[in-house]
Amino acid sequence: MFLTLLVSSLPSIKALGWKFIYGKTWDPVSGEFGALSFLIGTLLTSTLALLISSPFSLTIGLFLGEYYPKGWFSSLLKNAVELLAGIPSVVYGFWGIYFIVPVVRSLEMKVGVAPYGVGILTASLILSIMIIPYSASLIRLVVSMVPESLKEAAYSLGATRFEVIRFIIIPYIRSGLSAGILLALGRALGETMAVTMLIGNTQAIPKSIFDTSDTMASVIANQFTEATGNVYFSALIETGLLLFVVTTIINIIGRNIIKRFES
Amino acid sequence: MESTILRTEDFNASFGTTHVLKNLNIKIQRKKITAIMGPSGCGKSTFIRCINRMHELNSNATTKGKIYLDGQNIYEQNPTILRRKIGMVFQNPNPFNTMSIYQNVLAGYTLNSYKLTRTKKDEIVEESLKNAALWDEVKNTLHKKGTFLSGGQQQRLCIARSLAMKPEIILLDEPTSALDPISTSKIEELLYGLKRIYTIIIVTHNIQQAGRISDYTAFFYLGELTEMDETKTIFTNPKNIQTQNYITGRFG
Repeated sequence: MFLTLLVSSLPSIKALGWKFIYGKTWDPVSGEFGALSFLIGTLLTSTLALLISSPFSLTIGLFLGEYYPKGWFSSLLKNAVELLAGIPSVVYGFWGIYFIVPVVRSLEMKVGVAPYGVGILTASLILSIMIIPYSASLIRLVVSMVPESLKEAAYSLGATRFEVIRFIIIPYIRSGLSAGILLALGRALGETMAVTMLIGNTQAIPKSIFDTSDTMASVIANQFTEATGNVYFSALIETGLLLFVVTTIINIIGRNIIKRFES
Repeated sequence: MESTILRTEDFNASFGTTHVLKNLNIKIQRKKITAIMGPSGCGKSTFIRCINRMHELNSNATTKGKIYLDGQNIYEQNPTILRRKIGMVFQNPNPFNTMSIYQNVLAGYTLNSYKLTRTKKDEIVEESLKNAALWDEVKNTLHKKGTFLSGGQQQRLCIARSLAMKPEIILLDEPTSALDPISTSKIEELLYGLKRIYTIIIVTHNIQQAGRISDYTAFFYLGELTEMDETKTIFTNPKNIQTQNYITGRFG
């Protein structure tokens, strides 16, 4: 797959060189293709989504893994969270347009920036909901694997439940925690449809999280059918190649972090 | 000071519908080693877990009756504060694998969010490790992970961890059953020395061990206290036929 991407992007690599990566303008009409704004847009939305979702996935994971592993409420919550993973992303996009966009718009009016409603923040919010199931279920799994004997030892020293979670469970699951978060990040980086519907699709480097922007995945989805000319088409494929490389790098970094924690 | 530190009054414990401990009346002497013996399933472990209320972690556990520590009913106290006064060592060594030896000894303080100065910390660590006869072996590797130690050393680290809290009673639940004979004798020696300062209650399957180290022995059978006396008396002149059979190895 890497090779196919590489071969198909050759025309644009030849025509544009490194300018593709650091070029700020994406203007198909004048034949300028710089993907920097998409790169930033992608990293920004994913990171923001991760920041928003992590507290929730950690809470859900701890609740289901430690506090109430059994009972009707837990199985309800567990199923609900897993159901989130099964909702098609275009449905998320629609839901976002109807529910999140108005909320962000009124927030933007209060803050005093242009009330587009769509933009990086909106896309990050929807992404954060979409990635909760992935990290939450992994965190739940590692939380439930913390040995009973360690928890008992802590309780016997007079720790409360909160202290057991803070000093025993969280340090113990650190690697699982980062794995869960990276899994979610990988998912967020590649998410296309919902983000495309909510990010505003502006090919410019964003100045704040309220700005509209574009991600690598959504620019490909949006412009693939209208790409005229060899270089344009090939530049889109090169964007795909760049996304591929970024995701791979992040995965490798993630695996190294996990390995270091395990040893 | 009164010589009885702990006594139970018609104490009963059950898990769900299983009645594990039946009308227990027992007195534990201060600064002595009391061994609790009996065949598997007789409620020995349940009994000591009731003393620091660890059995409550099991959601279907219920108790009836009273246990007094220094004249105060422990079931009217806050369990987390009670557990700081009563240390516990488990069957399998369970040092915290995310912490160094140093941090393990201080775990009781960190877990309760106590703030200590550096010198105070060093003092507690050194004193506890010395009391647990581990100081000489680990004084140069204090900041290594506790899980690198051998099984016997890990168990002594767990003892040091409970000593660090300066408890009134130390409960040991078959602390040597997972260890080799050399580590076992080290721990026995250590316990023998500790009774100068602490009251020790030890659950053991090993009759010889009870005979070697304890001052008092209680024999449990099917959830009841069959007999309790000075260890010498129990071993030389048991009153109950079941005790006699157990000690002479006819069952158990």
